[in-house]
Amino acid sequence: MNDQSLLSSLDPEIGERLVRRDQEIARGASVGRVTAAGLAMASVPVALAALSTDVFAQGGLPNEVVDVLNFALTLEYLESTFYNYALSPQYHVVPPQDAPIFQTIQSHENEHVAYLKAALGDRAVRTPEFDFSGAQGAHNGPFHDVFFVYDKFTALSQAFEDTGVRAYKGQAPFLRGVKPILTAALQIHAVEARHASAVRRLRGNFQDLVPNRGWITDNTTDVPGTAAVYAGEQNVFQGGVDILALHFRTGDATEAFDEPLTRAEVLAIASPFIIP
Amino acid sequence: MPPDVAGQVIGRDGLPEGARRAANRREFLRAVGIGGAALCVPGLLAGCSDNPSTAPSLSHVLGAVGARSSTPAVMLDFGSDLGVLNYAYALEQLEAAFYTRVKTSFPDADMDGHEQNVLRQVWAHEVIHAAFFKAALGAHAIPALTPNFSAVNFRDRTSVLTTARTFEDLGVAAYNGAAQFLASASYLTLAGKIVAVEARHAAAIRGLLFGDRTPAFAGSDVIDSHGRDRALGPATVLEMAGPFIVNTITLVNVPATMA
Repeated sequence: MNDQSLLSSLDPEIGERLVRRDQEIARGASVGRVTAAGLAMASVPVALAALSTDVFAQGGLPNEVVDVLNFALTLEYLESTFYNYALSPQYHVVPPQDAPIFQTIQSHENEHVAYLKAALGDRAVRTPEFDFSGAQGAHNGPFHDVFFVYDKFTALSQAFEDTGVRAYKGQAPFLRGVKPILTAALQIHAVEARHASAVRRLRGNFQDLVPNRGWITDNTTDVPGTAAVYAGEQNVFQGGVDILALHFRTGDATEAFDEPLTRAEVLAIASPFIIP
Repeated sequence: MPPDVAGQVIGRDGLPEGARRAANRREFLRAVGIGGAALCVPGLLAGCSDNPSTAPSLSHVLGAVGARSSTPAVMLDFGSDLGVLNYAYALEQLEAAFYTRVKTSFPDADMDGHEQNVLRQVWAHEVIHAAFFKAALGAHAIPALTPNFSAVNFRDRTSVLTTARTFEDLGVAAYNGAAQFLASASYLTLAGKIVAVEARHAAAIRGLLFGDRTPAFAGSDVIDSHGRDRALGPATVLEMAGPFIVNTITLVNVPATMA
């Protein structure tokens, strides 16, 4: 059992936080220091106030930045563990001809974990346990054969990478207080986008036809159950400009811009794979 | 569409273009349109107000006169979000112009149909990016830049794809390096929306160039040991892009450590 579950370590952005007080208390799970203090007061508004992240940690990163980085780290744990399993000797799901692609992705995800842990120091969350079948620990979810059936593996890989891109993008504004970290987050975000592009194209055998282009066309997906990963990608209004009014095709217009996801939206996508 | 009043334009001698042409102040002011109808043409991202920080300065207006030059010099003020966005607009203009040349050269080029299809898709995105910035920046937009593609052989897939790879990788590095200069959260998000697509482009172009089933899509020539893509400062980026742009581009308000 981890000291800090993913959810208890999160910054409670009002309206976005998934409060799971009842489950936390019922299980007797140990939670983060501040969360426990808030919960003990048995008053949700007070608990949330106690978790206000306007306070700078003494001599360290601002709390808001720590929360964002721990959120990112959790997603990187998810991805790195996923690829570490898939490419481990016990499974043979990746055909040799595609191994270079997934080994490249794997090495980056492990590097991201190491980098974020180093940035966070003793404030880094530990890795959760994962259920890549998508059943929060029951191991009988829709992706139960993800390490046996290549199509399932590549589908979930694509979903994780596209989600990662949108997750980093959604969090970037909260890192503006520490510019080197903002920059690093964007540097990682771009790499996830390269990953996503390669996996998407691979899934279409590199023919670059919708829905298997390196970029996301409308909110189209050929992976069942991933509507949430692509929700919003059909947007054609950017910075007050209607791209269609500039006389561009809808498909091109939606491909030209990736969309962010909020933390809550990312958690909704990732939670099935995280054992609470 | 608002009239395309150019951004700050400085002549080669460092003086605003309009200043040299006016015989006297009144004639000068009439020449640049001050005193008549409202000069301030709000872009969609920045309206006009009495606030000195958002109202267009005289030097913005002088661009209308300076635009007579076919390759006006351009200044990018990184002390302002609009300067950063114009920097992005400059790079998108370059990419759009490049892929437009690529597309029109298809009949004479040796890319196969599939490669041309991918390049057409990338062309569409870059043209959209450029058009978006032009529309959004409105009166604050820099003028159309003049590209120089004399080093590119548009008939040769290797030359085309190599240049494309250079531009896409550079675009990613440029956005990554410029983001820290943006004060606005919504502009930062906009930059993020675009840079992700440039990175997807880079991966695809590298696949076409070096092999789809190789690590080249995210090669160690651009990804460091922490799994991070490059982030380059604007001065470095403009130095690398310089050979492809005829206009002189001057950066102001970039700290030396972030250049």
